[in-house]
Amino acid sequence: MSGEKKPIIQLRDIVKTFYIGQPNELEILHGIDLDVYEGEFVAIVGESGSGKSTLMNIVGALDKPTQGSYWLDGIDMTAAKDSELSALRCRKIGFVFQTFNLIGRTSALKNVELPMLYNGIGAAKRAARAKELLELVGMEKRMNHQPNELSGGQKQRVAIARAMANDPAVLLADEPTGALDSATGRVVMDLFHKLHKEQGKTILLITHSRELAAECERIITIRDGRITGEVKGGVAQ
Amino acid sequence: MIWENIKLALGGLRSNKMRALLTMLGIIIGIGSVIAIVTVGNSLTSTVSESLVAMGGNNLQLSVDPRPDENGDYPNSYSYQESDLLNDEMLQAYEERFAQQIKAVVLTESGGSGKIQQGANTAKVSITGVNQGYFDADKCELVAGRALNEKDQEGVRQVALVSDVLVDNLFGGDDQAALGQTIEVTESGGAVHEFAIVGVYAYQTMSPLLGGSATVNKNTTTDLYLPLTTLHEMNGIAEGSYFWCEVVPAAGVDADAFQQRSEQFFEEGYYKNNKQFLVTVYNLQNEMSSITSVLDTISLAIGVIAGISLLVGGIGVMNIMLVSITERTREIGVRKALGATNGAIRTQFIVESVVICLVGGALGILVGFGLGSLGASLIGAPARVDLGTVLVAVGFSMAIGVFFGYYPANKAAKLDPIEALRYE
Repeated sequence: MSGEKKPIIQLRDIVKTFYIGQPNELEILHGIDLDVYEGEFVAIVGESGSGKSTLMNIVGALDKPTQGSYWLDGIDMTAAKDSELSALRCRKIGFVFQTFNLIGRTSALKNVELPMLYNGIGAAKRAARAKELLELVGMEKRMNHQPNELSGGQKQRVAIARAMANDPAVLLADEPTGALDSATGRVVMDLFHKLHKEQGKTILLITHSRELAAECERIITIRDGRITGEVKGGVAQ
Repeated sequence: MIWENIKLALGGLRSNKMRALLTMLGIIIGIGSVIAIVTVGNSLTSTVSESLVAMGGNNLQLSVDPRPDENGDYPNSYSYQESDLLNDEMLQAYEERFAQQIKAVVLTESGGSGKIQQGANTAKVSITGVNQGYFDADKCELVAGRALNEKDQEGVRQVALVSDVLVDNLFGGDDQAALGQTIEVTESGGAVHEFAIVGVYAYQTMSPLLGGSATVNKNTTTDLYLPLTTLHEMNGIAEGSYFWCEVVPAAGVDADAFQQRSEQFFEEGYYKNNKQFLVTVYNLQNEMSSITSVLDTISLAIGVIAGISLLVGGIGVMNIMLVSITERTREIGVRKALGATNGAIRTQFIVESVVICLVGGALGILVGFGLGSLGASLIGAPARVDLGTVLVAVGFSMAIGVFFGYYPANKAAKLDPIEALRYE
């Protein structure tokens, strides 16, 4: 990719071991080196059990590596305390989950406002930004609906708006179309392309679908806890 | 942030009404019973003390009582002789000896019940002889005419003071028309006496607790006050003798000290050679404080039971919070992924627990007030809600919420976001 751009995610020799010191000690990641540059749309593909979810948790600051260094947007994530990680997740990372994970009994609008609430943003500003984002994902007409009144695709669009709430450095999408039919999945993928092109969002897409991965700028393959391949993709549409 | 949490918690309660109600039941019962008991207790205490004050809170009562033997035991049976009782001579000497301390010595004597027929109307009266001291002590409030005076007493006059209730019954409420009228009183024994009405007094309703009637109608029996001497003559008694009498001390007299000196006066002057009886002086205020302390003890005992109910209620809240957190593990994971700190999660669940307890507490206050009013009306006292108690109840509900909510909330706050997100 363009060399003048700085890496927004910089992983160096990341090792993750579970059950340390126990007989069933298990090393999942065996030294991952990865740079993701600002504005990139990167796909990470791998079979289940390849360690891509563990990598995603580390990149998403939900988990810390056993060894190695991780810099996100110029911040040393391995040195951050738990309370600082919460704040960094809040401001720097936007999660999009396979199962949407909207908060139940809470309107789409309030769901989108939630990360801003945790970021200490005032009520009026939160509501204005949330409306803006719901318009961006085409959900402005349903913003007062609760998750159980929305279809899967609609839920995922609300979830994407929520991920964008604090204008994060990286959107982390874990199998975002995995629970959707192909037509709806297409809509969601188009939304990611739109955010990438129009807003210049850095997006990390985790998937096991080669077709979806092929739409991204770069495809990184993980196998048995190691990066085994990196190819350039062609952005579709 | 707190406001958002409160709205969230209220929404949760609304969407799960039955569970919320069952959870709150312990708190409702606990707070409700505390409020009910305090309301009834307050009503009772204030009614009793008001009545006692109306009867003369600072007054002393002289009473001829059996004398305990050297072991402090009281005789099993005893009978009074005329000579054992208080008489006019003793009381006069007493009044003269303590002229500075005594405002009035009040003697009242019941002369049985009677009926007055006036045309088609009937009034029931309780014939009561009173001495001059009764009026010196301002025992009744005149609305028309005059009080009985020394001349009525000395002259053994056939005069009477009637109640305004009686005037309403017999004279259509016209006090002036009643004054000077002669009424014919038929005793329950059949004897008939005639009295001239010289004054009308205001009838005071009395709490049923003290044997009175809170409401007035035309069947209400009211006192017909006669000069004590007149009553004695009616009953063929030459010289008055009394089991007890009331003493109104002058303003500023220390009732406790005066009580002792009074007992001493009768013991040394009259009763030291009486093996069977002595004069005891009671202080109404002391009696009142003993009644109040009994009420306080009962309130405390029931308060402890209510406290246990609150404890059980609190444990119920804790239990349901733990269930709620397990159900919402995934939600907690999502919130953490979205940037909620442990503190934010802890606050959310503590607020939820406090909201449950506060709503329960508020319902409890309403239930308690309802039960308390019911209880108060059953004993015929006005319901008195103590604002302080309500505030304590609210504070206590909040404290239960925080105390029993902390453990589940802390458990939620410490959940590992990865585990929580994976939770099915």
